[in-house]
Amino acid sequence: MSQINRISGGQIDRGNTLNFSFDGKSYQGHPGDTLASALLANGVLLMGRSFKYHRPRGLLSSGSEEPNALVELRTGARQEPNTRATVAELFDGLEARSQNRWPSLAFDAMGINDKLSPFFAAGFYYKTFMWPKAFWEKLYEPIIRRAAGLGSLSMEADPDTYDKGFLHCDLLIIGAGPSGLAAALTAGRAGADVILADEDFALGGRLNSETFTLGDASGADWAAVTVAELASLPNVRLMPRTTVLGAFDHGIYGALERVSDHVAVPASGKPRQTLWRIYTKRSLLCAGSTERPIAFDNNDRPGIMLAGSLRAFANRWAAVPDRQVAIFTNNDDGHRTATDLLARGVRVAAIIDTRADAPRMADCELLAGAEVIDSKGRLGLNSITVRMAGGQTRQIDCGALGVSGGWNPNVHLTCHQRGIPIWNEALAAFVPGKNPTGMSVAGAANGAFSTAAALASGVDGAVRALADLGVKAKAADLPQAEDAPINLKPFWYVKGASRAWIDQQNDVTVKDVKLAHQEGYRSVEHLKRYTTLGMATDQGKTANMGGLAIMAEMTGKSIPETGTTIFRPPYTPVPIAAFAGRSAGADFRPVRLTPSHVWAAEQGAVFVEVGMWKRAQWFPKPGETHWRQSVDREVLATRKSVGICDVTTLGKIDVQGTDAAEFLNRIYVNAFGKLAVGKVRYGLMLREDGMVMDDGTTARLAEDHFITTTTTANAVGVYRHMEFCRQCLWPDLDVQIISTTEAWAQFSVAGPNARKLLQKIVDAEHDISNEAFPYMACGEITVCGGLRARLFRISFSGELAYEIAVPTRYGDGLIRAMVEAGREFDAVVYGTEALGVMRIEKGHAAGNELNGTTTALNLGMGGMVSKKKDSIGSTLSEREGLNRDDALNLVGFRPVDRSRAFVAGSHFINKGDVANAANDQGYMTSVAYSPNLGHTVGLGFLKNGANRKGEILRAVNPVANEEVEVEVVSAYFVDPEGERLRA
Amino acid sequence: MHNLAAITPLGGANAREDRIGGITIAENPGRAMASLTTRLGRDADVAKAAKKLFGFALPEPGRMESKGDWAAFWTGPGQWMVTAPFEGHEDIAPIVKAGLGDAASITEQTDGWAQFDVGGSGVVDMLERLCPVPSRRMKAGDATRTSIEHLGCFVLCRTTGEAFTVICPRSSAASMHHALSIAARSIV
Repeated sequence: MSQINRISGGQIDRGNTLNFSFDGKSYQGHPGDTLASALLANGVLLMGRSFKYHRPRGLLSSGSEEPNALVELRTGARQEPNTRATVAELFDGLEARSQNRWPSLAFDAMGINDKLSPFFAAGFYYKTFMWPKAFWEKLYEPIIRRAAGLGSLSMEADPDTYDKGFLHCDLLIIGAGPSGLAAALTAGRAGADVILADEDFALGGRLNSETFTLGDASGADWAAVTVAELASLPNVRLMPRTTVLGAFDHGIYGALERVSDHVAVPASGKPRQTLWRIYTKRSLLCAGSTERPIAFDNNDRPGIMLAGSLRAFANRWAAVPDRQVAIFTNNDDGHRTATDLLARGVRVAAIIDTRADAPRMADCELLAGAEVIDSKGRLGLNSITVRMAGGQTRQIDCGALGVSGGWNPNVHLTCHQRGIPIWNEALAAFVPGKNPTGMSVAGAANGAFSTAAALASGVDGAVRALADLGVKAKAADLPQAEDAPINLKPFWYVKGASRAWIDQQNDVTVKDVKLAHQEGYRSVEHLKRYTTLGMATDQGKTANMGGLAIMAEMTGKSIPETGTTIFRPPYTPVPIAAFAGRSAGADFRPVRLTPSHVWAAEQGAVFVEVGMWKRAQWFPKPGETHWRQSVDREVLATRKSVGICDVTTLGKIDVQGTDAAEFLNRIYVNAFGKLAVGKVRYGLMLREDGMVMDDGTTARLAEDHFITTTTTANAVGVYRHMEFCRQCLWPDLDVQIISTTEAWAQFSVAGPNARKLLQKIVDAEHDISNEAFPYMACGEITVCGGLRARLFRISFSGELAYEIAVPTRYGDGLIRAMVEAGREFDAVVYGTEALGVMRIEKGHAAGNELNGTTTALNLGMGGMVSKKKDSIGSTLSEREGLNRDDALNLVGFRPVDRSRAFVAGSHFINKGDVANAANDQGYMTSVAYSPNLGHTVGLGFLKNGANRKGEILRAVNPVANEEVEVEVVSAYFVDPEGERLRA
Repeated sequence: MHNLAAITPLGGANAREDRIGGITIAENPGRAMASLTTRLGRDADVAKAAKKLFGFALPEPGRMESKGDWAAFWTGPGQWMVTAPFEGHEDIAPIVKAGLGDAASITEQTDGWAQFDVGGSGVVDMLERLCPVPSRRMKAGDATRTSIEHLGCFVLCRTTGEAFTVICPRSSAASMHHALSIAARSIV
């Protein structure tokens, strides 16, 4: 037996059949179906269990407001929990499962919670699990998590991709119902750039769900013809399956396009979803309205749904929950459902209208002034109990009940910039208040509920929005359409009801709201937090009004005085993956590759991430099984003969202008005015607070031209700092700066044979002998037969060393040429580890020491801070607290027992003292094994360290509960007199 | 003539070109580039000298001008990027400096950047997936700064709706190429 509840008509493609499964059972549906409509057509009303009490639940609605029918879709890594069956477009092979039940949907053992409901009232967790405190994390929370909660995660990585994108338009129309379509037609024909977005896969909104005619055509046909015309206009972009999820600053909107959710697997290379940022000049919100239920006891039984949804399923999807239904309403619109269902051959047992003067509109029994007070049925509705106008009760058999408490305009997006909706007494609903700049509202979202009013307000909204932009638009001709007035008497819940559900997603009842009030929670925001009313995936779209109406009644205030909670983005749930876009996994951020990367990869280099850079960490040779073997070899070979290292990652900033020297004087603590052309000087840069910001060398290529280098880590920060100084602090200085970090491939060539190697590379006309090109010289030269290059005689390793730079495209060629030229010297190429070992051996500060808390004095460079001139940070570096006698000084450390090693981060404690913060003498910043000395060496900051050479201390590592005796020594472990680098 | 071989930003001996659907993504190492920044108070001198050297007035914000070998696009107040064929202008900075004298600071930028020429049907749909630049509305000669794949870039429109140039930091050329390629493939 298939599709037992499928009736005739509808906008489904009966010529094609789609197979799908729910909880392992196979069913069939048609293109045009949602999972909800297909299940309904197959007679499946029970679709889930409620969050807290595990009560059987079915559909409440037919749209994105659905609180109940949350299912898991797909399997394996693509499994997705908490998907609303009402918006899941059916496709062939779809696998869906109910959630939050065990062992099965029909028999859920956790249903016991429903019997224990007196214990689970609002605030249950807060009251029950307060004591003992220690039990919360280990005992209570795991139990609650297992019992409550909704779907489950696959715990596998998401195999799909997600795009982000950016769109621009004159007018964004949000919602493609009658008002949105009329607006798009008007603006599109006027030639404006229009985007029309709708969350549904079929554009038309309620026109697809109603039986009204527009002129001579059905609503659905008029929508289809209109959409076809819009699709033909090149200036109109139609975006079905796209939810505008938020209104942000300056007319920017976020929207989620479900590109591939209606197919089993996205096409190769195509994203599953795209998150759009839409820049608009104007926007028109045509988001329609959401029907609200009426609360009565046991109003959550499968088969009880919103009246408008009941007729939507019948009209659009040709599916009904049962062949015998009843209607419970407080307004005329509820009667339309009865009329439509009767026309489709469904029996309507009665219309129960709370209004004593209810009009007779449908050809069935009308119980005016009556109320539905209870329902019966095990896993679905069998009958309802009605309290008649006279007070007597009556049982009515029915398999479905359509409930209508009126309609709420979808004002959500108007509130995303803190707009507050206004209560409209005639409509008994909130309508938009102050809208975000550039936004206007049309159609039902603005309280224009009739089709004629919606169409007219859409046209009017588009004409006005374009007029704002200086475009005169001609109003689109509108067809004749129904224009029924709103006729409604507010009725929120049946008096005396207690287990009457207000928020079905969070299992919040009328009683819970009353309890919250009784316990002192009067503000709607507090009510929300205490009861969880309006939280989770549906954000209370069908629940909020009921809750606040009851709260208003309890407090004796009006509904507008009580107010609403604040609507925030997103309008409907958005996968986190969509926010990440393509920035996931290995593509989380871009990488930066050095000029020698191709060569290094060929050598089998091990790479390390340094910021975004990938740098060669060491270059393993055959037979080397441990990284230390490679690093020790690289260090020893460099100190013995010569080593080459790619140092392109250090920041390079070109500084030019007649005031370039003065500019450098102001940002560095030491003087640059008298630096000769052709010379390099080390510079130290402070922050305004006197702490060291960065260090590096600056070369003077001409009177008005310098090249400043920065550490790799601070390249961007220093450039930004210099731009700020140039533009904001000293706009009167003639100085121009630009980064050239990537424009030049730069290599360090270090070791006793560095000059000999370079003499084979540098063209003969450039004399680089020690006399002609001494330590700290620089110059523009040519290499390899005429290529322009730059040479700097500077040393980080302490060896005779140079840095040589060529335009980046030749960096690969240069390292190959240098390796070849270095063969006769047994030259090595070394990575960042060897670089680090050598600078620690030489006592050079690096990032570990320039850690944002250290001063020039700490680093042993206090004397560099010139008193003859002002520079950033020099004044505050004189603060008393930074210049105490026991200030930290950078010194070296070696283990007393040379066979022992220590770790960076250890703290120094005097012998005999308890190892605690009060006795702290300082801390170790950098540690390496020195293959030259044959033991571990360290750099660290020690109180009054400069005067404690030879002292024995303990390097304590409380994390690993270890300590090592260390001797305070000079930081210059290798060549303390600096003879090598001047050789 | 020196004997060092050049490689492209993507690490190859020759420029890479990919066709994905109707879109072409072509690495273009064939333009030399230098920054031109006006020295304090020398705007009039720069305007005059630049017009003489390039044959056109330096462009307004958001625009690019070109004539013969030379092209320039605006990058900031008093700042432009000047480009010319790499062949014949490899050492571009001294050439520009000779024309501008001490009125402007000139810095070689050629290898600081990687240039990708992108074009074909759907190129605007591709760019819409990469950056907030209103590429659909850009006219030939429009040039702007933006962020693509977290990287500061320039986007130049060469032919309205059809041909653009994306200029990104050279060290991240591979990441940019990856971003361009997946965006081209995701166009539905």
